[in-house]
Amino acid sequence: MENLIGLLVAAPLLGAALLLCGGRRLDGKGHLLGTALALASFVIGAVLFADMLGRDEHDRALHSHLFSWIPVGGFRADVAFQLDQLSMTFVLLITGVGSLIHIYSIGYMEHDERRRRFFGYLNLFLAAMLLLVLADNYLLLYVGWEGVGLASYLLIGFWQHKPSAATAAKKAFIVNRVGDVGLSIAIMLMFTTFGTFAFAPVLSNATDASEGKLTAIGLMLLLAACGKSAQVPLQSWLGDAMEGPTPVSALIHAATMVTAGVYLITRSGAIFNNAPDAQTAVVTVGAVTLLFGAIVGCAKDDIKKALAGSTMSQIGYMILAAGLGPIGYVFAIMHLVTHGFFKAGLFLGAGSVMHGMNDEVDMRKYGGLRKYMPVTFVTFGLGYLAIIGFPGLSGFWSKDKIIEAAFAKGGTEGWILGGAALLGAAITAYYMTRVMLLTFFGEKRWVPDEQGNEPHPHESPKSMTIPMIVLAFGSVFAGGLFSLNDAFLKWLEPVTSHSHGHSPLSAATVTAGTMVVLLIGVAIAWVQYGRRPVPSTAPRGSLLTRAARRDLLQDDFNHVVLVKPGEYLTRGLVYVDHKLVDGVVNGTAASVGGLSGRLRKLQNGYARTYAVSMFGGTAVLIAATLLMRAV
Amino acid sequence: MSFPLLTVTAAVPALGAVATAAVPAAKRAAAKWVALGFSLATLVLAAIVLVSFDPDGAHFQLTESHPWIKDFGVRYELGVDGIAVALIALTALLIPFIILAGWHDADPLEEASPNRRWRPTQGFFALILMVEAMVVISFEATDVFLFYIFFEAMLIPMYFLIGGFGDRAGGRSEEESATQRSYAAVKFLLYNLAGGLIMLAAVVGLYVVTADDLGTGTFSLQQITDARAAGTLDFATSTERLLFLGFFFAFAVKAPLWPLHTWLPNAMGEATSPVAVLITAVVDKVGTFAMLRFCLQLFPEASKWATPVIMVLALISIIYGALLAIGQRDIKRLIAYASISHFGFIILGIFAMTTQGQGGATLYMVNHGISTAALMLVAGFLITRRGSRLIADYGGVQKVAPVLAGTFLIGGLATLSLPGLAPFISEFLVLVGTFSRYPALGIIATVGIVLAALYVLVLYQRTMTGPVKAEVRGMPDLKVRELVVVAPLIALLIFLGVYPKPLTDIVNPAVDHTLSVVDKKDPKPDHPVTDAGWFSYSPMHDRASGGAK
Amino acid sequence: MNPVNYLYLAALLFTIGAAGVLIRRNAIVLFMCVELMLNACNLAFVTFSRMHGNLDGQIIAFFTMVVAAAEVVVGLAIIVSVFRARHSASVDDASLMKL
Repeated sequence: MENLIGLLVAAPLLGAALLLCGGRRLDGKGHLLGTALALASFVIGAVLFADMLGRDEHDRALHSHLFSWIPVGGFRADVAFQLDQLSMTFVLLITGVGSLIHIYSIGYMEHDERRRRFFGYLNLFLAAMLLLVLADNYLLLYVGWEGVGLASYLLIGFWQHKPSAATAAKKAFIVNRVGDVGLSIAIMLMFTTFGTFAFAPVLSNATDASEGKLTAIGLMLLLAACGKSAQVPLQSWLGDAMEGPTPVSALIHAATMVTAGVYLITRSGAIFNNAPDAQTAVVTVGAVTLLFGAIVGCAKDDIKKALAGSTMSQIGYMILAAGLGPIGYVFAIMHLVTHGFFKAGLFLGAGSVMHGMNDEVDMRKYGGLRKYMPVTFVTFGLGYLAIIGFPGLSGFWSKDKIIEAAFAKGGTEGWILGGAALLGAAITAYYMTRVMLLTFFGEKRWVPDEQGNEPHPHESPKSMTIPMIVLAFGSVFAGGLFSLNDAFLKWLEPVTSHSHGHSPLSAATVTAGTMVVLLIGVAIAWVQYGRRPVPSTAPRGSLLTRAARRDLLQDDFNHVVLVKPGEYLTRGLVYVDHKLVDGVVNGTAASVGGLSGRLRKLQNGYARTYAVSMFGGTAVLIAATLLMRAV
Repeated sequence: MSFPLLTVTAAVPALGAVATAAVPAAKRAAAKWVALGFSLATLVLAAIVLVSFDPDGAHFQLTESHPWIKDFGVRYELGVDGIAVALIALTALLIPFIILAGWHDADPLEEASPNRRWRPTQGFFALILMVEAMVVISFEATDVFLFYIFFEAMLIPMYFLIGGFGDRAGGRSEEESATQRSYAAVKFLLYNLAGGLIMLAAVVGLYVVTADDLGTGTFSLQQITDARAAGTLDFATSTERLLFLGFFFAFAVKAPLWPLHTWLPNAMGEATSPVAVLITAVVDKVGTFAMLRFCLQLFPEASKWATPVIMVLALISIIYGALLAIGQRDIKRLIAYASISHFGFIILGIFAMTTQGQGGATLYMVNHGISTAALMLVAGFLITRRGSRLIADYGGVQKVAPVLAGTFLIGGLATLSLPGLAPFISEFLVLVGTFSRYPALGIIATVGIVLAALYVLVLYQRTMTGPVKAEVRGMPDLKVRELVVVAPLIALLIFLGVYPKPLTDIVNPAVDHTLSVVDKKDPKPDHPVTDAGWFSYSPMHDRASGGAK
Repeated sequence: MNPVNYLYLAALLFTIGAAGVLIRRNAIVLFMCVELMLNACNLAFVTFSRMHGNLDGQIIAFFTMVVAAAEVVVGLAIIVSVFRARHSASVDDASLMKL
């Protein structure tokens, strides 16, 4: 069984290699090959899952050591995989949703001449993401971590001829690199503290280290998580990342890659558990981001950017839960999985809408689409109900638990976090209802584009709708299934551990409160967008709305604080290098040149002048010799 | 007497240089094949050296030792340790690719007078082989004087390669580029000569000191380190420091270390890209290599004394080089400044004086050679097509020449040390090695990885993406010859990124030896994990043993 | 006679030669002055040989003569070819190598 773990990564990696190096020969069948290998990976994952279920719950982890990777002195990194319940959850999510999105992309990318390459990148992403969750040490995780970053870079910038896409791709990579600095430093700290950075020895000996060290490691890991999971303050890349093709947004920037930060924190639980300050930082980041993303989501008219804000916010919930410690880990992961279903479904729905609307993304130019694309409407609607936490659907089960856990943190902190989470739930209900109303209800508002092509909304082909239907099933039933008999909790508990905490409010109270804020959110959206017609150009809006449209000025902030000074600095240094560093050298050269110019005058070309200097020199030498002798 | 393998390895390219130069003027095409043949023969010999080197054996292997200038105790002494073997292999590997990439760089501008006496084609390839011979013997020499001779002599062919065969594609008049070219060549020569002469003084000083203490002066590295270990040779502190500085200055110019770096962008910018690769990937490595072999082993105490200053200079190199790379408008100068940043990492690793730092620095030398070669050669192919080195003259190349763009991206990703590619391993080792002794320096150096991402991706974005510019339209994709150059380099980058063990196995013992000479030990972790069997662990047991509170 | 007198003579001849080299412009005269200096040296060598009672000085005198002969051959050839090219034997005219 252990050997299968390697295959899990190898299958999509092989696909990526074949598709990217295969050349035009594979143009015709490349997408099928890529999809088949993604499915193969899913099947292997399923086999491993079945095998894992068959074993005792304390003996489920598999370990597969492939080879020694970097052995230098005390520094030992191995290429070794570890498959426990936590990794297994991710493997199934990644390969499952990944396969569905491969299938969806067959239809979505049908007319793109570079479809083969698209599938190659997708396969590369799967391989890197699987490596990330299967690695048994932080350095190998880092490889996967940057691997998904690379795939994300390539896919955001897939339509490279658009300067906006190329810029967005670059931005995503560079912001992520800032996070990677955190991961690098965390690994180095682990190495100097424990002499190793493999999960098992570090995590099982975390208590040996001082709290200061653990806090430092924890904060660095949090920085890494912020980069990858688009959390404040490294969140600015996610909105721009929507320049990528929609399946990419669904797979990478909603369901899987952006949740890697949650994985990292959950995986490193033993470190955070012993570093309360780091945990406080984590929950703060989570709470701030969940509100930040939600507010941004309210103001966006671009359907994908609204969903991106929502993703940011939902991941904020997960980070918040993960920061709560053993009370929250399981629910963080549970929300991660259910979110994977409904957010991927929502994005695919958005893609389907765009597919039918000539790639229009402005929701103000949609309206009344439920009649034209019924399957999309229904699946999107189910995803919508799931994300706002409609009772019984997936989101309800997972989000409710997180809010409950936030209150259970206890003390003032618990009240603040719980309050933020509740407020977030209300805003979520508001902006998702807004998206729903703007897109599928009301009057049609689309207009012909510059070339006079009027969109003809139509339902998407089967290859696109089937994945949407499957994901809709997940959005509806996954949460309930997980909560049945606390199945998910029991499944993950051996890895992440779990404690209940003491909530000041009863579970029923929290649920009731959630329902109330949910209704309020939906009602406000209904008043604003359902009752009266929606203008097809956005009104100026309040100060907050305008700020939110600009992503709460995050880019302006980065521009003023980082980009501009950076530009001045590099320009200044180029000048300094040329004038000062080089100038000193050239100045020396010039002064030597000047001196020799003067000395050159001695060389007048008359033989007798030279002869005089010879005689003079000889005379001086003789005189000196005689003098020396005399002394 | 055993077969003088090392001598032969250095002699074959030298012979090749003579043979290439001797090809009649009318048959200039044949000269290329002769040069390629000899470089491949050298590669085979280097492979034999690599195979016959036993990592667990003596420190210096395949040694040869003959008296040369008896009066001054100069010996013809060759020997290789793991570091030298790795770098000889790198050199021998890169030269055939450099020759192939520069296949048309020295074709006469007009084919009208193929019989004229001027023979640039033969000269170009002969000079490249000459450089190879000298670099190889510099890596092999264990006699300081012998090393010095070839370290300096290398400048002569390099001077002609930079000044005589500059980049034709400059977007400038022929006359102006000739001026720029000779400026760059002279600057290169003067900088390195200045360093070399100071080193000469130190070499002479070394002789005097050894002659004082040992009775007979010697330049033999082995003898000097042995004598120091035995206590028969004892440098006065100030003497040792002065001698160290003399050596270090020469190597720091060659490496190049901030603020002695300004010759590199000029030289790399004006030379053709294969020659630029020769400079940065091959010749400059002699500088960092010599720091490891001569500075540290001859003057361990002085090395430790100078470490703080050198570490800071290296750190400045890293950040400064990267920032300047971001500010460049010229593709080749950008890569040159990136190299300065990378050399900063190498020197940082060497003087961190940890196994990881020095092992990483050695790997870095090899990996930087391969990655810069890949990036620079592809950049060269690009520049030849369009006839301009300015970044602003490109745009949308990805659309018309996807393979070129793809290989350029991979070269760039290697330059920014993407995990999975070879440079990541070396960079991370250097960072870990530095961090474990100097945490603050390690953290600042880590910022370099963000800057690296910035200059590489900005370069890629501006040249390869966006709308296709009119001048770029119709640009042909990579030809077979060019693919033959790039593909193996990329394959090697991936292979060494996934499985660097063959390299680390060779390098580790040499690094341990160097550190034992310097008498430095790795810092111990605060809470070492003593659990022996952590390969086959189960997370549940750990959890049970108290991971969570 | 006291051999020192020969040394005085040699010094005198050398000075005359040196003064000639410094003052005269005609290449031929200059050349003759150089010969004069060489022969003054020869005289000094032979005198020393006599004073010290060994043959070293005389041997060196022979060397000097050979050198002088060789010099005449090369020097005259140069002067002749310069004269042919420039129709002048003045050394001041041949000052083209300065910048």
